[in-house]
Amino acid sequence: MKYFHLVWSALFRRKTRTIFTLLSVLAAFLLFGLLDSVRTAFANAGGSIAGVDRLITISKVSFTVALPKSLLPRIQAVPGVAQVSYANWFGGIYQDPKNFFPNEAVAENFLDLFPEWALSDAERTAFKQTRTGAVVGETLARKFNWKVGDKIPLQATIFPQKDGSNAWTFDLVGIFHAKDPKLQGQENVLFFNWSYFDEASRFRSGTVGWYLTKLADRNQADRVAQAIDKLSADSDHETKTQSEQAFTAAFVSQFADIGLIVGAIMGAVFFTLVLLTGNTMAQAVRERIPELAVLKTIGFSNRSVLGLVLSESALLLLLGGAIGLAIAGVVVGIVRVKLGATVPLARVNGPIWLRGLALMLLIGFIVGVLPALRGMRLRIVDALSGR
Amino acid sequence: MGGLLRKLGSATTLAVAVIVPILLLTALPWWLLLALIGALAGWMAVTRTGRQAWSVTQVGIATIPQRLGSSSVVVVGIAGVVGVLVALLAMGAGFETTLRETGTDDTAIVMRAGAQTELNSVLDHDTAALVSQAPQVLKSAQGRPIASPELVVVASLAKKSNGLDANVEIRGIGERAWDLRPNVQIVAGRRFVPGLRELIAGKGASGQFKNLDVGSTLKLNGQVWTIVGEFDSGDSHNSELWGDTDVVGSTYRRGSSTTSINLRLTDAGAFDALKATLASDPRLKVDVSTTREYYNKQSENLAQIIRVLGTTVATIMAIGALFGALNTMYAAVATRAREIATLRAIGFRGLPVIVSVLLETMLLATLGGVLGAALAWAIFHNYTASTLGANFSQVVFAFDVSPALLWSGLKWALAIGFVGGLFPAVRAARLPVTAGLREL
Repeated sequence: MKYFHLVWSALFRRKTRTIFTLLSVLAAFLLFGLLDSVRTAFANAGGSIAGVDRLITISKVSFTVALPKSLLPRIQAVPGVAQVSYANWFGGIYQDPKNFFPNEAVAENFLDLFPEWALSDAERTAFKQTRTGAVVGETLARKFNWKVGDKIPLQATIFPQKDGSNAWTFDLVGIFHAKDPKLQGQENVLFFNWSYFDEASRFRSGTVGWYLTKLADRNQADRVAQAIDKLSADSDHETKTQSEQAFTAAFVSQFADIGLIVGAIMGAVFFTLVLLTGNTMAQAVRERIPELAVLKTIGFSNRSVLGLVLSESALLLLLGGAIGLAIAGVVVGIVRVKLGATVPLARVNGPIWLRGLALMLLIGFIVGVLPALRGMRLRIVDALSGR
Repeated sequence: MGGLLRKLGSATTLAVAVIVPILLLTALPWWLLLALIGALAGWMAVTRTGRQAWSVTQVGIATIPQRLGSSSVVVVGIAGVVGVLVALLAMGAGFETTLRETGTDDTAIVMRAGAQTELNSVLDHDTAALVSQAPQVLKSAQGRPIASPELVVVASLAKKSNGLDANVEIRGIGERAWDLRPNVQIVAGRRFVPGLRELIAGKGASGQFKNLDVGSTLKLNGQVWTIVGEFDSGDSHNSELWGDTDVVGSTYRRGSSTTSINLRLTDAGAFDALKATLASDPRLKVDVSTTREYYNKQSENLAQIIRVLGTTVATIMAIGALFGALNTMYAAVATRAREIATLRAIGFRGLPVIVSVLLETMLLATLGGVLGAALAWAIFHNYTASTLGANFSQVVFAFDVSPALLWSGLKWALAIGFVGGLFPAVRAARLPVTAGLREL
């Protein structure tokens, strides 16, 4: 630390060059911050902390195939099951297909299975008692400026009403929010009563899309899942039960292998960056050979010269990288405020910073190590005489 | 006065550095670039200043091997930008092309009103029969309408890549479907026999999912189905499994209902008449569109997202590469300061110096652009991937690294090279001769 001033002045010996290199580093880590934020958002969708004690049961054939409602009491009777609820995908459109958000018909007790969502008791009761009632997440309510008491018209795409009309109207009776800000992405949803859906819809009466089971003991997940699937084994509606996370992870991976795409881009970016900063560091050390020799002459050990050059390259990376990540944080923050939590961008928080810092140090070491070794090994006599 | 002029000079440089790349990226056609190169060559061959520029450029290029390390920063940096840009755009273009080629103007698709996609649609048997009888539907040699009642359902199968379950689309087709889509070829095995639990797998689907080879079986709702063939349609149907509509319907308990009617029009101009016919029949509540319109609409959103993503990523990378190029070229100008000052002292003008540094940078940039584009082409051309499509199932597509994309990648390279070379070039030309001569 006592050499900080020395490292700092060595870094800014050639101002223009250092600033240009810093800007390159900055661009690379700005990109890293943005892409890692996207990757984290997709990963979070699958791996939220909440929901570890819930199982989801869908048709083994596909998520789109309905299950009979008669399974409900049988699942409830499986030992280790605390509570069972069910839901059905509705797929309605609000005004324009571009406004897409998930909307589902859910059982009365559905929200009780989600302790991570906050909904006032009054609104909870209102939802249960209003036939055409609906609740939405706060993110969604803010996006369309909905207030409790509003009527929300949805255009059905899959389930017309009994008379063939596609127009469904719901009364907004409650707005819930996620207690953990990390789960804000899940607020982008509308729920309405399954009983209303079942009675008014032309298709699929008496069936549900999926069952959601709360476990009494989360360690029993595998056993309970197998027991539930056994209920309908070899029937014409076989089920597949898995943890909510496993289900979401498989679902998200259907869009694309986000990790692979992000990884490939960052690979190209960092490869270029190593070459670029490596070149800068090599130049910087080459120019300073006589100075390094002077340092050695006045008593700096080989090891401290090595340390000085390595710290210089690490400082270069840390400085540019930290500014880049900070800008990424601001950009992500602005986009999230403008577009709500509907865009797949996670806050640039602790884990992203940790990964970023680790990368800065790693790249700092890679680009610094060769010039540093050169500085360490130089012989004073040769260096001072310009050989 | 001199200070003001210098300031004005750098304002001009800045303006040029902003305007030229924008023109380059948005408006430059290839023939204009060729014309510019031609004009430059002519100028270099004929005029005195031009000949000076040529000789200075030659010296610059000849010394590149001495600065291999720093010159490669320009090349590799720009190659990275162009490679990533071309690869991402090729992904979007591939998806768009696959869906665009699925539709034609002379075939139409009819679904329940408001359904948007086939998976959401339900049509009863009577509707299907009524729609097929419309006068605008082409008749086969036997006098039967070329219309295929189709049933789209989804099955969840394990993917080869990660073993995770993903959705594959199963399309029950009518017997006229083969006349409707003459481009479909059976590449292995045979067609399914109507009435049996047999499926044929599209080339894309069998590449992406486990256990879809000819001869393998899969269990749907407790019933065993056999894969008896593999087909290639060259479009998004390649992502599907095909079977007999009635048999698929019974396995999925759909009765005699279907999800869409696909039909061939008497000619492309008959579409409006068909639409009017269907709309005027009070027994029908259906939407009709040409298949081209239907499939084009499915690619719009994703293609747009990929375009925005690709351009954003490439822009940020380009900024990084630009500063790398600036560093390199400033260093190059600095090492050649004495030589440039000598040239100026013996009467060379500023313009040849500017041209030579610019040309050198753009040459390196072109090299990087070609390298990046070539890498993107070598790695990603026809690389297959899949994503979730409109029918809630995987759409398999191949990356499409087209000449147009390679050209736009090259334009990006030239734009970065131009800006990266301009400032060092101007610095070189402005270098006071006396100071330059004293440089080591």
